[in-house]
Amino acid sequence: MANQESTEVLSAPLVIEYPFLRTTGPVIGAFLTGLREQRVLAIRDTAGRVVCPPVEYDPESGAPLTEMVEVGTEGEITSWSWVSAIRDGQPLQKPHALAMIKLDGADTSMLHVVDAAAPGDVTTGARVRIRWADEPEGLITDIACFELTGGTTPQHGGTTPQQGGN
Amino acid sequence: MAPADNDRVVSTLPEGLWSQPQPTGVPDFGSDAEEVQRLRLPASMRYRFTPGKAMTRYLEGLKEKKFLGERCPVTGDVYIPPRGMSPVVGLPTTEQVEVGPKGSIASFCVVHIGFGEKAPPTPFVSALVLLDGAAVSTYGTLLEVPIEDVRIGMRVEPVWVPDEELTYSAENVTHWRPIDEPDVAPETLKGHF
Repeated sequence: MANQESTEVLSAPLVIEYPFLRTTGPVIGAFLTGLREQRVLAIRDTAGRVVCPPVEYDPESGAPLTEMVEVGTEGEITSWSWVSAIRDGQPLQKPHALAMIKLDGADTSMLHVVDAAAPGDVTTGARVRIRWADEPEGLITDIACFELTGGTTPQHGGTTPQQGGN
Repeated sequence: MAPADNDRVVSTLPEGLWSQPQPTGVPDFGSDAEEVQRLRLPASMRYRFTPGKAMTRYLEGLKEKKFLGERCPVTGDVYIPPRGMSPVVGLPTTEQVEVGPKGSIASFCVVHIGFGEKAPPTPFVSALVLLDGAAVSTYGTLLEVPIEDVRIGMRVEPVWVPDEELTYSAENVTHWRPIDEPDVAPETLKGHF
């Protein structure tokens, strides 16, 4: 049989998926359990800083950390960038901000999504609050996103203005 | 998160699920609040796969329940699935050759941990089948035979999906099964993995 040239070369979608299942450990497990209950847990490191999201080991000494503390469900944006091109799997399927958010009571910032209409609405120091997912599962996505409260935190010192909301 | 039914314990530490110290300061979430211990994090990559001309010819054959390999112009060996060139001499393959559909078990192993939606119940046998006329073996699942009866040299045939389900896919062969033919000598299968 001679080789026949196909008129058309085939093409098809191919999805490679890894069904990872990982254990959380007691610290991350408590953090995720808290999220499911709409509460945010952090951990105190050896230097006394409140680290959120919690880490299992001290960032400097590597010693195990065990003192968990609850922090607020509001906070401030410490850094951010605007996401205008949306890809599959991103938490919000519309343009949004990716921001470092320091929750009230925490000394470190966590990365999450801020639902804002336009980049002009987002500023460093802007106050945000958690919008919880409708059906919490014990995942970081139980925080559906953060939303702007409308307030800002003074850049240097001063007290944190009380904002409305929860 | 509630574990799915197919979750299995793959290892345990002597002191329990993990060895880190229990944290303090965790609020009481209520007696019926189950602590999160595991999370499922599927990672997927989405491609558009183009098999190329030689593999397209092979897949078109599979849709007709034919195994179409291609012959090396120098050694005469028939490679399946074809890649359009001889892996030994690097020259383009020039002749399409139908092989099989019968073959011989060239190697096999017993699978105790299956994965994927289409995996048969464990334990089952995964096998390399050397199709009659081919130089290299094809991978498949061997069913319809007790595991202890499987042996190298055993003669097998493919079991196809119903005709209306045939498509451009190696999954057209659901599995392989033994046929009533004498075994081939295992020595003849050497070098044909």
